[in-house]
Amino acid sequence: MQTEHSLTGAVTALPQVTHSRNPGMALDMDWVKSVQANTSAIERRCATLPGRRSVKKDYQAAWLLRAITCIDLTTLSGDDTVGRVQRLCAKARQPVRQDILDALGMGPIHTGAVCVYHDMVPTAVQALAGTGIPVAAVSTGFPAGLSPFPLRVQEIRESVAAGAEEIDIVISRRHVLTGNWQALYDEMAEFRAACGPAHVKAILATGELGTLRNVARASLVCMMAGADFIKTSTGKESVNATLPVSLTMIRAIRDYHQRTGHRVGYKPAGGISKAKDALVYLSLIKEELGNRWLLPDLFRFGASSLLGDIERQLEHHVTGAYSAGWRHPMG
Amino acid sequence: MTVSEIFDTMDYGPAPESAAEALAWLVDGGDRFGHFIDGKFTDPADGFDSRNPATGEVLATLTQATQADVDAAVSAARRAQGKWAKLPGHARAKYLYALARLVQKHARLFAVLETLDNGKPIRESRDIDVPLVARHFYYHAGLAQLIDSELPGHVPHGVCGQIIPWNFPLLMLAWKIAPALAAGNTMVLKPAEYTSLTALLFADICREAGLPKGVVNIVTGDGAVGEMIVAHPGIDKIAFTGSTEVGRRIRAATAGSGKALTLELGGKSPYIVFDDADLDSAVEGLVDAIWFNQGQVCCAGSRLLVQEGVAERFYTKLRARMETLRIGNPLDKSIDIGALVDPVQLATVSRLVDEGAEGGQVYRAPGPLPDQGCYYPPTLITGLSPAATLMQEEIFGPVLVGTTFRTPAEAVEIANNTRYGLAATVWTENVNLALDIAPKLVAGVVWVNATNLFDAAAGFGGVRESGFGREGGWEGLHAYLKPDHATKVLKPAPAHKKPDEPQVTDPLDRTAKLYIGGKQARPDGGYSRAVHGPRGAMLGHVGLGNRKDIRNAVEAAHAAKGWAKSTAHLRAQILYYIAENLSARSDEFATRIRLMTGQNAGLARAEVEAAIARLFTYAAWADKFDGAAHSVPIRGVALAMNEPVGVIGALCPDELPLLGLVSVMAPAIAMGNTCVLVPSQPHPLAATDFYQVLDTSDLPGGVVNIVTGDHAELAPTLASHLNIDAVWSFSSTDLSRVIEEASAGNLKRTWVNNARTRDWLGTAGEGREFLRAATEVKNIWVPYGE
Repeated sequence: MQTEHSLTGAVTALPQVTHSRNPGMALDMDWVKSVQANTSAIERRCATLPGRRSVKKDYQAAWLLRAITCIDLTTLSGDDTVGRVQRLCAKARQPVRQDILDALGMGPIHTGAVCVYHDMVPTAVQALAGTGIPVAAVSTGFPAGLSPFPLRVQEIRESVAAGAEEIDIVISRRHVLTGNWQALYDEMAEFRAACGPAHVKAILATGELGTLRNVARASLVCMMAGADFIKTSTGKESVNATLPVSLTMIRAIRDYHQRTGHRVGYKPAGGISKAKDALVYLSLIKEELGNRWLLPDLFRFGASSLLGDIERQLEHHVTGAYSAGWRHPMG
Repeated sequence: MTVSEIFDTMDYGPAPESAAEALAWLVDGGDRFGHFIDGKFTDPADGFDSRNPATGEVLATLTQATQADVDAAVSAARRAQGKWAKLPGHARAKYLYALARLVQKHARLFAVLETLDNGKPIRESRDIDVPLVARHFYYHAGLAQLIDSELPGHVPHGVCGQIIPWNFPLLMLAWKIAPALAAGNTMVLKPAEYTSLTALLFADICREAGLPKGVVNIVTGDGAVGEMIVAHPGIDKIAFTGSTEVGRRIRAATAGSGKALTLELGGKSPYIVFDDADLDSAVEGLVDAIWFNQGQVCCAGSRLLVQEGVAERFYTKLRARMETLRIGNPLDKSIDIGALVDPVQLATVSRLVDEGAEGGQVYRAPGPLPDQGCYYPPTLITGLSPAATLMQEEIFGPVLVGTTFRTPAEAVEIANNTRYGLAATVWTENVNLALDIAPKLVAGVVWVNATNLFDAAAGFGGVRESGFGREGGWEGLHAYLKPDHATKVLKPAPAHKKPDEPQVTDPLDRTAKLYIGGKQARPDGGYSRAVHGPRGAMLGHVGLGNRKDIRNAVEAAHAAKGWAKSTAHLRAQILYYIAENLSARSDEFATRIRLMTGQNAGLARAEVEAAIARLFTYAAWADKFDGAAHSVPIRGVALAMNEPVGVIGALCPDELPLLGLVSVMAPAIAMGNTCVLVPSQPHPLAATDFYQVLDTSDLPGGVVNIVTGDHAELAPTLASHLNIDAVWSFSSTDLSRVIEEASAGNLKRTWVNNARTRDWLGTAGEGREFLRAATEVKNIWVPYGE
């Protein structure tokens, strides 16, 4: 059973229970077509943001701890094994050394989720049993999404049956690139239906969509079709999460919330490896969407090496001395 | 708060920039400062306190300059000027480069000191003001390097008096000093009394750079010191940035003094959002437009015009964005809105809003204001009509007024419904719309899908009552140069006297009329005067135009403004055609000139030939006075477009009745202006013959209007006419003071001869100097990228 949600996230919590899921809506082509994204202006906003917001000292430590609770700790490698996944799950359960947490006066925290391929779902579910940490499975022919459609839908069902509580699907980029919004909507809606109670994150693979306008429109269509989260990238494209893409997507989330009242989560994935970057992302979310989106039920980092840098920064905060990677338990 | 509490609240917390180094610099100076004159600081004397507007604390005591101080500064500048101007451009470039480097080396000190003194957020002084300052000196090091080869035949004005405002203290100093130095001028600069500290720090780095003493002089004090500079007979050029009200006074005060003048004044710049814009980005743009520097920005996008269909959505987004603006300690790195510069400014903004918001919906950002200091909340007022005071008057605070429009044409109409013309912003994803609207906006700078972009390579400056002159780019350099023409005192050219016995050479009366709107018109007053030859021969009568004739001519000139939209090719064709038709009648014109002026036949013929050649010159220029695509540091272009000034009123030279008229008319109409010409007063009949040439040359009616009459009588009417954009005077009657004084009404551009001759037959009689006077440079910034 899921425990009651705590705002602090320090108590184990499943994100699903904290707000009603996005039920989606009929495809509104007028809305989709009216969406604009001015690349230069979006880039300017992103370029100036780090200079406009600065988080220092205890505030920085607290923000970094929050960032950890929003990480989908991820391994998506061909050489993943049971042992490797168990190790990762152990890290997810205790992402920061106890003495550091004690020095900061923090209770236990854990990462937002563990994210694996389908075959590793049972291992992860078992390793995380009782922690409340959900297992996310990448699905639907990840990362290219070009396997037969029925197999992609079946893959979702099997991952849910194996215990995944979150499914990260990939969309068919060609639907976006050809402007076939109806096809994208139908695909997304079917994936959502296949997920049943599991939450669905729609990976747009923004690095392959060509323009921010496409990113904005694809975001909107996926939300209309019932996505619980929209996510930038698989981590396998040549360009993954960027601030301009993030700003474009979260503005789409904001618009969708304003017009429908439904909150959709956001997950930047790939390329965020520094604590400093995480702070910028959090301030971007805070500025554009507000504090409500700074909780793991509405925000995740898809990242594998980010945690290590945050651990080093936290130790530096506690001791005043710069840290080393080997001082922190590996995942 | 504990870490675990912050983990819950996710507040930003304080992120203060240390003021220690800047305060130490003040302490090193004894917290009291004198002026910087002739390479040294003077002893501090009686003066005034400079305060931090965020706290009210006194930062330093500054000295109020006396007349003796100003005299000393001007003398020092004068002594230094000749040698400075004679240095090779490369030598001046090295000093400018050194200044750029030193600004960068002391970047944080400058930024913190600026924020302490002015109240602007450290984010802005650190990321915008100071980097732009360094960039300005680098860029002008380059101009100094190139000036000898690229602008031969130009000389500096000499000693410049420069008066700068408090909103961008160091940046405005750079905009004034860098081009002046590059061009070989020396200067006396007065910073605003609220914000003199970074200017004094700059004086320090001038010494570090080894700048020759006397080249840069800085005197501190209030408006009285500014008046001393403006009135000082030892100053050759005044450059002022500040309010339109003060600019107008400076225009009047310098009238007839022969001082060159550039003014960068106020604005009420429109910020136009079309329904196909990226609305979120346009909202964010407003943060940079009106909540940049607490709205104390001359080019602030302070008049929001939103297309009606998206207005409510846009306002909703805007109000939501206002909620996340952070107001407070300007030294905090996470602050968006700092303090207004002074309690006086805070009171002014408060009063304007309190008195003017009636009838509108006022929304103020809800965040708490600091307990002390000059803070005003970001404010949006919607629902005002263009007639409302707040839609017309510059507030110079973080207050945005908004209204709606229906069509692109209406957007342009509302946007241009103002006395100002500094900047404008256009948001649309439609390139056709953006590039159609930008040229139609009356402004010196237009930003497309962006706002408040600045760079040293692009000129900045206004039209209408936002002033004249440009700062930045090649176009800005010309504000500190003049063509090197040899001139002499111009003696009045009297009309030939009537003999005791009337002499009639031709019994058939031919009455010359005025030429208005392409038609011959009798003078409104019903008077005419006889024109005599040098030996008294009566050559004909000419109408005596009066103020109503000028009024009619200006109306006709406005009615013909479609001329500006005609192609340059067409304008060239018509100028060639005028030349062709003049050529066909060259004997007749030569005779006319000879009879009126008494010149010998050869000279008279030479004048006609020169006039034909001049028409060819400007026919040639019509499609070749190209604008530029400035190399600004964005992915995009800044298009510097040469636009016609508008309606030009000109008093033509008396001495060469045909060539003089053609010399002012041809550049004006080649660039797309329409004009009202008052021809040679003593010898007007060449002009009245000439309108027959115009009539047969396909020139649309109203493009050229000719009103004969008395220069001294017509000049004040032209100069005070609020719907004329520029007045030129080459009259031998010295009308320079009268014209410049009266021009202050609408701050029209003036170009007067200050009773000096011009060699109309030589190179001084034509060329780029005329084309620049006939155009305004508009910089259109178009960032791109998909």
